Amino acid sequence: MFRRLLPHPLLTPALAAVWLLLVNSAAPGHIVLGLFLGWAIPLFTLRFWPEPVRIRRPLTLLRFVMVVLYDIVVANLAVARRILGRPERLRPAFVEVPLALTSDLAISLLANTICLTPGTVSARLAPDRASLLVHGLDVADAQALIHSIKQRYEAPLKEVFEC
Amino acid sequence: MSEMMDYVLSFLILTGAVFTFIGSLGLARLRDFYTRLHGPTKATTLGVGSLLVASAVYFSTRGEGVSLHEVLVTLFLFITAPVSAHLLAKAALHLRLKSLAKAPEEAGRPET
Amino acid sequence: MLTSVIPIAFALVGAALALTLWRLLAGPSAPDRILALDTLYVNTVALLVLLGIHLGSALYFEAALLIALMGFVGTVALCKYLLRGDIIE
Repeated sequence: MFRRLLPHPLLTPALAAVWLLLVNSAAPGHIVLGLFLGWAIPLFTLRFWPEPVRIRRPLTLLRFVMVVLYDIVVANLAVARRILGRPERLRPAFVEVPLALTSDLAISLLANTICLTPGTVSARLAPDRASLLVHGLDVADAQALIHSIKQRYEAPLKEVFEC
Repeated sequence: MSEMMDYVLSFLILTGAVFTFIGSLGLARLRDFYTRLHGPTKATTLGVGSLLVASAVYFSTRGEGVSLHEVLVTLFLFITAPVSAHLLAKAALHLRLKSLAKAPEEAGRPET
Repeated sequence: MLTSVIPIAFALVGAALALTLWRLLAGPSAPDRILALDTLYVNTVALLVLLGIHLGSALYFEAALLIALMGFVGTVALCKYLLRGDIIE
């Protein structure tokens, strides 16, 4: 009964917060309307979110978000330096990163994180979800890149979204 | 507006504009599609993000209440930029675009 | 300080738009053009936000939000077209 009325408990406050940001006000009326939208939208879009989302370790997730934000800034400085440097010196490469994650949400979060951070863009997920093809802007050592992706981003995601 | 705020805002606006410019410079300057992809997806996203933060700070310090809706655009850009980058890379692999990097063997294989 | 920084920022973003436009026209491949179009959208968001700060008006925010939304949807639709040769299946 509870699951049918509130299929995604985390989505409701998130949608309410987005609504309040959108109208740029925190009036009581808007809070009620936001909560109503946060309740109704998941019910109507249930078919797009078949599996329930569970966050096991909120603190690990928070630390992961902090690490990613820091990496975005560092990665941007690195990419900016490479763009301003000589293009002939770049060593672009495709790297196949084996995946230990299995859930859809965790894989898409990992792919997004890779796109936002150190000079890498995720290019393609293998059909059997065993590996992710990554393009690096300036790869000196492919093994080191794979290791840093697995250790820095994949491990916390696995801890948070899977057991 | 205090002196301090003025400097913070100027710094944010300048950083944002410089990163936006560098992102587009990368797009124009680099030599194959896959490396070009890196400039806009990273530098431009951070550039626009920092401009939006500057806008939020500016409108919050004008004394008409806190203005946070710029956060929404920042959030939206940070969620969508990787998705479009991933799709573009996938489309380029599908079309077997010429690449400076050694392409993976099965690149361009049609898939669903 | 702020009044002298904003024109510099406008010049930088304008130059960014010009470079992106050049890539849009020069190509050479379809994904290049789509990438240029996507960047053009994001740069326009930057320009509108700057204009909002310059004129001290919060009205431009809505336009920026809409352009960001449309840009993303357009990019995804064009990529889908390249991948499948069709948009609506």
